[in-house]
Amino acid sequence: MKRSSESGMSVIVRTVTCVAAIPVIIFGLYVIMHGHLTPGGGFAGGAIIATMTALFIVAEGGDAADRLGRGMLLTAESAGLVLFALLGFLGLRTTFFYNFLANTGSIFGTQVPFGPNPGYLNTAGVIPLMNLVVGLEVFAALSLVVIFMFSYRKEEQ
Amino acid sequence: MRRVKVLTLVLLFAFLAACAVQTHPFGKPDQTFMDDYFIQNGQAETGSNNIVSSVVFDYRGFDTLGEASILFAAAMGVFLVLRRVEK
Amino acid sequence: MISLPFLAVMVIISIGLSAVIFRRNLVKIVMGTSIIASAINLFLVSLGYREGGVAPIFTGAPRLEMVLPTPQALTLTSIVIDLAVTAMMLSFAIIIYRHYGSLDSRKRRLRE
Repeated sequence: MKRSSESGMSVIVRTVTCVAAIPVIIFGLYVIMHGHLTPGGGFAGGAIIATMTALFIVAEGGDAADRLGRGMLLTAESAGLVLFALLGFLGLRTTFFYNFLANTGSIFGTQVPFGPNPGYLNTAGVIPLMNLVVGLEVFAALSLVVIFMFSYRKEEQ
Repeated sequence: MRRVKVLTLVLLFAFLAACAVQTHPFGKPDQTFMDDYFIQNGQAETGSNNIVSSVVFDYRGFDTLGEASILFAAAMGVFLVLRRVEK
Repeated sequence: MISLPFLAVMVIISIGLSAVIFRRNLVKIVMGTSIIASAINLFLVSLGYREGGVAPIFTGAPRLEMVLPTPQALTLTSIVIDLAVTAMMLSFAIIIYRHYGSLDSRKRRLRE
């Protein structure tokens, strides 16, 4: 009745992995999106989402690493780095990496008074966009490292 | 050969202990002018509540560009080393 | 005399160095390098402590006296660099095991 290979885990482990993936990914996206209000940011949130790839490979067995989409992850990683450099070029009227959206009133441009306050999401200019791009790149890079190390197995014998 | 290794370890630990004595006492840093400017003006200039995020992405964004490049190069390095070359 | 966090950092660096010098298995050498990297991150964060200070975040801050934020930003970069170095060393260990058949660093392979 077990349809997986000889190194996969039982039905209970696979089902609980699929159920527990949803709160973990939502929590990782929450940490990425609130990077300018609470501790965390792009790097920690990307690492949180990348643990789901390793958990999926452990639950399904080592042969499942060949079925995951590598082309999409490579495209996401490259797009993350190129978009991050592009966000630096957009403020080139003053200097490289200038915060051209802060305190202007556009997308993320509300002004913040000095002192402790409950966090407002609409502030901080270009920093939430940078958090999103860096989170995507960190998740893709860590998932690719795990997938490539699992795919290198003995097949000739 | 084993005596050379033990001697090297003891010498390195003595050097590290000599460095640990000469740092500033824990809790009283020396020069804090740059960080005082970041704490006073970081929230008004960048608009974010998290000063560490504003330092990482706004005041020192060039270092973060180099760090993202290192992560990209590590993933590419692992891909190029663990590769099957067909004959 | 010596403050306690800096002494702890030096002890952990010595433990990692002894793992790199005295062990012959390649994976244990990689573990020693990772221990040294974690001790360096602890040293960077403990350099910026101010007495009676809170975290440098204005969302719900109890008071306005904060610790220094710059060493925490440098520690973020250091963590990512250590991850990249460990990933490359482990992939080289996989290639060495596939090619030579063992992970012992003292076998006289190149003289055969």
